[in-house]
Amino acid sequence: MILVLMIAILLLGGIVCWLVAQRNALVGRWIALIAVITAFAMPLGWYLRHTPAITAGNNWMIDYQANWIPSFGISFHLAMDGLGFIMILLTFLLGVLSVLCSWNEIRERSGFYFFNLLWTLAGIAGVFVAMDLFLFYFFWEVMIVPMYFLIAIWGDFNRRYAAYKFFIFTQTGGLLMLLAILALYFIHGEQSGGHYTFDYFALLNTTLTGSTGRWIMLGFLIAFVIKLPMVPLHNWLPDAHSEAPTAGSLILAGLLLKTGAYGIIRFVLPLFPEASADIAWWAMLLGVVGIVYGALLAFAQTDLKRLIAYTSVSHMGFVLLGAFAFREIALQGVVMQLLTHGVSTGALFVLAGMLKERLHTRDINQMGGLWTNMPHMGALAMVFVMASLGLPLLGNFIAEFLILIGAFAVSPVLTVIASAGLVLSALYSLRIVQKVFMGQQQVVADPPVDLSVREWIIMACLTAAIIFLGLYPQPVFDLVKGYIGQLARL
Amino acid sequence: MNHLQFLALLPFIVLAMAAVVVILLIAFKQSHTVIQVTGFLMMCGVVFTMWYVRDTLPREIPPLLVVDGMAALFTGLIIFSVLVVGLLSYIYFEEREENPKEYYILLFLATLGSAVLTISRHFISLFIGLELLSVSLYALIAYLRNRNNAVEAGVKYLVLAALSSAFLLFGMALIYMETGSMEFTAIAKAVDTAGSSVLFIMGLGLIVVAIGFKLALVPFHLWAADVYQGAPAPVTAFIATVSKIGVFAVLVRFATAIHLQQNALAVTIFTVIAIACMIVGNVLALMQQNIKRLLAYSSIAHFGYLLVAFLSGDAGVGAGVFYLLAYSITLLSAFGIITLLSTRRRDADELSGYRGLFWRSPLMAAIFTVALLSLAGIPLTAGFPAKFFVLTAGVQEHKWLLAVVLVLTSVIGLFYYLRIISTLFAAPPLIPIKERSLHPFFYFATYTSLVVLMCLLAWIGVYPGFIVENVREFLNI
Repeated sequence: MILVLMIAILLLGGIVCWLVAQRNALVGRWIALIAVITAFAMPLGWYLRHTPAITAGNNWMIDYQANWIPSFGISFHLAMDGLGFIMILLTFLLGVLSVLCSWNEIRERSGFYFFNLLWTLAGIAGVFVAMDLFLFYFFWEVMIVPMYFLIAIWGDFNRRYAAYKFFIFTQTGGLLMLLAILALYFIHGEQSGGHYTFDYFALLNTTLTGSTGRWIMLGFLIAFVIKLPMVPLHNWLPDAHSEAPTAGSLILAGLLLKTGAYGIIRFVLPLFPEASADIAWWAMLLGVVGIVYGALLAFAQTDLKRLIAYTSVSHMGFVLLGAFAFREIALQGVVMQLLTHGVSTGALFVLAGMLKERLHTRDINQMGGLWTNMPHMGALAMVFVMASLGLPLLGNFIAEFLILIGAFAVSPVLTVIASAGLVLSALYSLRIVQKVFMGQQQVVADPPVDLSVREWIIMACLTAAIIFLGLYPQPVFDLVKGYIGQLARL
Repeated sequence: MNHLQFLALLPFIVLAMAAVVVILLIAFKQSHTVIQVTGFLMMCGVVFTMWYVRDTLPREIPPLLVVDGMAALFTGLIIFSVLVVGLLSYIYFEEREENPKEYYILLFLATLGSAVLTISRHFISLFIGLELLSVSLYALIAYLRNRNNAVEAGVKYLVLAALSSAFLLFGMALIYMETGSMEFTAIAKAVDTAGSSVLFIMGLGLIVVAIGFKLALVPFHLWAADVYQGAPAPVTAFIATVSKIGVFAVLVRFATAIHLQQNALAVTIFTVIAIACMIVGNVLALMQQNIKRLLAYSSIAHFGYLLVAFLSGDAGVGAGVFYLLAYSITLLSAFGIITLLSTRRRDADELSGYRGLFWRSPLMAAIFTVALLSLAGIPLTAGFPAKFFVLTAGVQEHKWLLAVVLVLTSVIGLFYYLRIISTLFAAPPLIPIKERSLHPFFYFATYTSLVVLMCLLAWIGVYPGFIVENVREFLNI
């Protein structure tokens, strides 16, 4: 029930916020913030009250099921396990920050803006807890539409093109997934003697043979790797990320990409273990290609947000590499990577947004020497740049290290190339600091001011999170151990 | 005809009376408003009688008609659409036409034609219904005779519809020659015993041509865009919903009777047509700047989707009905917005006129956006479960080719729906506010009904179970 409430609060909060903001924009913003914080507090509070049950190995913590369209075997089934809980936590952490970071950025039509923001969050939260494949698809689509509006209305100059591209790419994948879901539904129905259902746990028992399994698996996989994104389907990402408003980029990089990775771990691997094993080598290869290719392209960018967007392509390559290694340690690394990438890349996008608010440009050739005027921002940028290149003590290091260890046992060659990608990541990461904060100071009439209190709060949360994950990742491992263990045994 | 048969026909008799009542009211020089309200009440009367006689169904009225659950369902859908079209017609014609009253006679006659199609089980009643519908439509399309493209559209429809009627008659004649009967079940029996001959197949082909014309299926779709553009907005809504529902209903009944879905040749032909509809409709709509033309092409594509359900046989009928329901509500709300935005001289069919609508009148833009999202089949709107059920039916019958084409072409479709939506949300130009001369009550009524339609779309989108159950129940009658 708590999961239903959590999503309902976001949906209702969005509507109320839209209505109120027409009278008073400030109240609207506060309502949005309060709604997200309340939704955040619910699973968190629940977790704090029930910690012992989870460590005792109780795999599914919350389970809520109600009939929706019974004649088609569709139920409103929400459930949360350790993996889901971690993703929900990330969703709401970034959710709160995304509301905060658009506090002053959005001046026009802010009510509708926060409505879209909250509905996107609701869709994402729904994706992470939906345990009925129809419902999952439903949320999968629900998060796209408001995101489309966020980019298309409040984006930058080239926003319409970027928004189209985003929507059409993801929708193509989504519809293929829908076909695959339907195929799975009927195959399961026939096998179980007329018991037609979309329920995840029932569908897990489907036995699929040879080519059928491979086709259905591909339907799912394409949807997820478009979101992830995997080279060569990454085309939408740089446009969408660079044109979206700051909060949009934060959510895209921090959360939407994670839904793809989550889908692979939650659906592709357990539903089609054999078919995924068949294509594992290819998936790992494409992951490694993504790591190197993304890093090289990131190095070549002059647009700060595009640069960060390409680093996502590179980092998500690790997810693909780790997920298809089928080793427990690599899968632990993948979950870790989802968290740390969400935090670190999100932080970089927030920084880029702050820079753009001050300098009105994303071109790094027009920046330089900003440390003089903004030492605090420079130092924080340094932290997240270091995180992104995988410095020990910060979370990303742990994630990538675990993935590489796990993958090495499976394919040493690919792992060696992937490690070379880490060197490239040092190149592009240091280039950010060098070009933006070091170097010749640009002469401007009014020097940019350093962080405000609101911005400090945002960055402090993110910094604390990334350092915590780097120093003490054990709670994360404990939470997902049950699920990942099952997965690795398949 | 016994008492029960008369009862079963009662809704259709009330519908026929509606046209007569309107004639009488005109003779007594009643105002537009009186006619409108009376028409509305008569339509409610049809719904009421339908509800009243539902327990006596199904009932055959040999040899021409059969009133069963499916007929009741399709007729209900038709009457529902006409209610909305009638409401839209009032504000539309009150402003533009000094003589709007005869319009309602034609509207109700066309509705009657469409309703007769849903209950016909014989070539004669099929033909009468179809002609009743078409002949009224000739006049309806060209009703605003001062507009050039209205007359052009009317003539175009007249020529092509007459041609397709000729095809239909010839096809019927061939089938009659081969089987010796014009009743669907008798034809089926004759075919079962004697097997289908070349002439029978030819007759069937000619009928398919005629039906294809009426439903604007590719390659018989050439009239659609011009007629949609030229006809007055409420009439376009009528063509897009009521007339197509009726024709589709009779197609389903005919196909079920003669087991069309088991005939390999027919299935191949319909598969080709369906694929062509989905591809051609969506591709031609891509670059349209005129909303009415765009909706014409999109409706071609939507009937392609509907054919996927149709080809899936019995499993598809429920999906097809659901699809038509969602599609009708969606199109009616879209055309409602077009009607409301139309000016005295021309319909609001240029895409550029919609620029920034959201910031000028958020409610209208919201309704239009929901309608477009529903056409694109996005969750939270009725279009999504509709498309989902069609896909389900297709996958269940292993129509993989059709299902994949459906999925890929709806991505193309998404592009032009998004184009309209992003126009709605673009920065607004400076446009003078439209003057309002009518009684505000009718604007209020129209707005309210559009909001109700939008809520219906959302409700069906989120909770389709109720509709699914009811459709299933009716189809089992």
